[in-house]
Amino acid sequence: MKFFRFSGLLAGLLISWPVMSSDAFETAVLSLNTRSFADKTVAANQLAAMEHPRVDLVLDALLEGELYSRRRSDVVVFATSLEAGGYHLVDAVTGEDLGDVGRRDVRKISVNNKLRRQLKGLIASRQLNAPEPDARIAAVEAISNTGDINLRDVIVRQKTVESNTSVLAALDLALVVFDLDSDDAAVRLAAVQASADNLHANVRVKLTNIAGDASLDEELRSAATNSLLAIEKKVSRYQMIETLFFGLSLGSVLVLAAIGLSITFGVMGVINMAHGELIMLGAYTTYVVQLLFPDAIAWSLFIAIPAAFVVSGTAGIIIERGVIRYLYGRPLETLLATFGVSLILQQLVRTVFSPLNRSVITPEWMSGSLEIVGGLSITWNRLYIFFFALMVFAALLLILQKTRLGLEVRAVTQNRAMAQAMGIRNTRVDILTFGLGAGIAGVAGVALSQLTNVGPNLGQSYIVDSFMVVVFGGVGNLWGTLVAGLSLGVVNKFLEPYAGAVVAKILVLIFIILFIQRRPRGLFPQKGRAVEN
Amino acid sequence: MLKPFIKVCVLAILTVSAALANAADTIKVGVLHSLSGTMAISETTLKDTILMMVEEQNAAGGLLGKNLEAVVVDPASNWPLFAEKARELIEKEEVDVIFGCWTSVSRKSVLPVFEELNGLLFYPVQYEGEESSKNVFYTGAAPNQQAIPAVDYLRDEIGAQRWVLAGTDYVYPRTTNKILEAYLKANGVADEDILINYTPFGHSDWQSIVSDIKKFGSAGKKTAVVSTINGDANVPFYKELGNQDISAEDIPVIAFSVGEEELSGIDTGPLVGHLAAWNYFMSVDAEVNDDFIDSWLDFIDDEERVTNDPMEAHYIGFKMWVEAVKKAGTTDSDAVQDAIIGVSVPNLSGGIATMMPNHHITKPVLIGEIQDDGQFDIVWETSGSVPGDAWSDFLPGSRDITADWQAPLSCGNYNVKTGTCSGQVYE
Repeated sequence: MKFFRFSGLLAGLLISWPVMSSDAFETAVLSLNTRSFADKTVAANQLAAMEHPRVDLVLDALLEGELYSRRRSDVVVFATSLEAGGYHLVDAVTGEDLGDVGRRDVRKISVNNKLRRQLKGLIASRQLNAPEPDARIAAVEAISNTGDINLRDVIVRQKTVESNTSVLAALDLALVVFDLDSDDAAVRLAAVQASADNLHANVRVKLTNIAGDASLDEELRSAATNSLLAIEKKVSRYQMIETLFFGLSLGSVLVLAAIGLSITFGVMGVINMAHGELIMLGAYTTYVVQLLFPDAIAWSLFIAIPAAFVVSGTAGIIIERGVIRYLYGRPLETLLATFGVSLILQQLVRTVFSPLNRSVITPEWMSGSLEIVGGLSITWNRLYIFFFALMVFAALLLILQKTRLGLEVRAVTQNRAMAQAMGIRNTRVDILTFGLGAGIAGVAGVALSQLTNVGPNLGQSYIVDSFMVVVFGGVGNLWGTLVAGLSLGVVNKFLEPYAGAVVAKILVLIFIILFIQRRPRGLFPQKGRAVEN
Repeated sequence: MLKPFIKVCVLAILTVSAALANAADTIKVGVLHSLSGTMAISETTLKDTILMMVEEQNAAGGLLGKNLEAVVVDPASNWPLFAEKARELIEKEEVDVIFGCWTSVSRKSVLPVFEELNGLLFYPVQYEGEESSKNVFYTGAAPNQQAIPAVDYLRDEIGAQRWVLAGTDYVYPRTTNKILEAYLKANGVADEDILINYTPFGHSDWQSIVSDIKKFGSAGKKTAVVSTINGDANVPFYKELGNQDISAEDIPVIAFSVGEEELSGIDTGPLVGHLAAWNYFMSVDAEVNDDFIDSWLDFIDDEERVTNDPMEAHYIGFKMWVEAVKKAGTTDSDAVQDAIIGVSVPNLSGGIATMMPNHHITKPVLIGEIQDDGQFDIVWETSGSVPGDAWSDFLPGSRDITADWQAPLSCGNYNVKTGTCSGQVYE
């Protein structure tokens, strides 16, 4: 075991490993405190080759930006910032507690991209003998990513002692990538041919370079071209799937934003210009929930969803009772009044929360992407939001179709006077329907807080899109909203690569105008006598 | 019953007349920044900066023996309203100088007002250039003080060979990208190695564009993104980059509109390592900067607040105006315009800023990498100050144009080939 540990250490360049006294450690740490990034890189490499117990701590702190130097004394310290300003210091070499100092007493030891990549490689390669296979795979990938040909031997040596199959596969892949730069023509040719189904960006870069390098021999270059063609074919197939997913995901955001509106506007016929601000309130609720439970970020969204429903629903009911109920049947006045309400709500959050955007944290489980096969990956947040939109849609459909409230809502929409005559309390239904629509808007806000800025203007950017979706889908029809939202998303995304984002949006709008000319009632028009009035 | 009422009336009259008497011997400083609407996010801070500078100047004994008085108006992110409010400030409030505007369109909107009424405007934001007015002092960066050095850095230090120019669809990104495209081509970059992309304001669905960038960047040459994406749209853009696993080490993004203030509203985790080019960062290591930060935190009474580049521009602009007024001995517009050219004041990065005859100033150019605390680490800087160039040397039309507001020429748009001075706006 000792030997293996030792081979891992070799990863960090072979300069000074035999000198393992703390003096060498101290010198290396202190020499990190320089303005030159090249000198810092040398010092980091020296550190990585040592077996001193504090090496990992120092390298991690350097990567995370927690390594500082003390002004005037040049001591290198770990600094954690304090709530009240200033920093708490711990000596990086000895671990001695140095107490609290002010903001101006320390200077950060900065890293740039090149050094950061190097550091990640160094830290990961120290994990090459970690007990968990995942950490070992990460270590292998980090070594491969550094592109440092000197580290190839480390991989070769590791291959002889590794037993886990997935780690072995990662090692083989890393070797192929290294061999793409090999001096031995046969080895290089084999590596080029073996790369035909490798979609890793690094590999493609190297293959392109080989194919375009006129000084190399013909056989190698044509092999590289062939491999590139195979990769290209695969990539363009994946591109289609990806675009389709992008479209569905954009569509699901449109559906989420519009679905509350399809109840208030579609079912009740109220043109609610404050709909966007109800979404915004939902997003701000997420922010407040994260403030209240800073330790439960992972769960914050689950708390935020019901909370946002209540907050926006209540706001919706207040708007209905305070403004809209006096204006039923007068669409123009409703439009103006709710536009006023939207401005009031915007200025309200501007006053309460400041005009600056608020930072909503994305929980760990929603970041990053799901790799379906190499080269085709789908981002988690979009995937969750797509399914979330479907769930909200299904729930709403159930409420309208299967509950007593849903029955009453449908009755009131179809014939207000008749419903009243049947003993349905119109006022109560109006309140609940509007509250439901508004609450759903709040829930949409929770989802949108993960995609876009939480600021006073959040609502404005979605209000036009929402109306577009509802009108296109057919007023008063939930299915219409779903189909319209998803299809507009997909059409938009397929147009974007050809026309650019601005023109794609314009084309979609023109399409809707033409469509509405032909079919004024949208995709799924309501039928029956109710429509005639 | 009546007595208290009369008392109040008398008191009110006394206060008003006192205020009027006071007004006569104060110097009025107009602040024309949006406090509501879309731009409030950026501009409110600048209003506070000027209020702080006014307070400090008064504490230091005022100016020409008089106290300064700030007059704040709110143009509400509404471009025509900027012109109305500017007129109100100059004609009704009779202010001696105005600090204001953020977007280029608001500046274009107030320009005729300032030229008509001969006012003074200090404009603190980086902009696309191609303008030089007698009445405007541009304390933000011109393209050659931000965009061009940034591209040089990416090419020389990072080794970028393919370029994505991504921007929001309005005048600043379009003009800047036109300049950059001409500059890149002049430096031998081929057509197929440049990808230009525009998106609407507040764009939030970046999936396909980021995926395009990824594809563009995997063609075998080091790729970099030059971003003139405006404010709000940046957050979803960087989030999407992070989600699609594009790290700053693979494809670095250099931004011209992302500063400390914009970063304070977001989770900076996915942004670490991406770049920004400015003339000032809060992390600048200089004694004068530490003093400025201390007084700012003290003034605003919130330890969490940050300082940024346009604030430094206002700091410089204010100090220059004060120096010019002292030099001229009056706040008269023409006298200050003459006096201010050549005035030098310390900037916040430990150097000196000088007002040039073309109404632009000298600035150092800094490149910073975003850190996860929302600050920038400075990784590169120009060796000295770069003088601002009003008319870009890389656009065919503006190459021969020069601006010089000193005596013999006195023209913001002088064609050195034909020897004529044309109107203000060059098309």
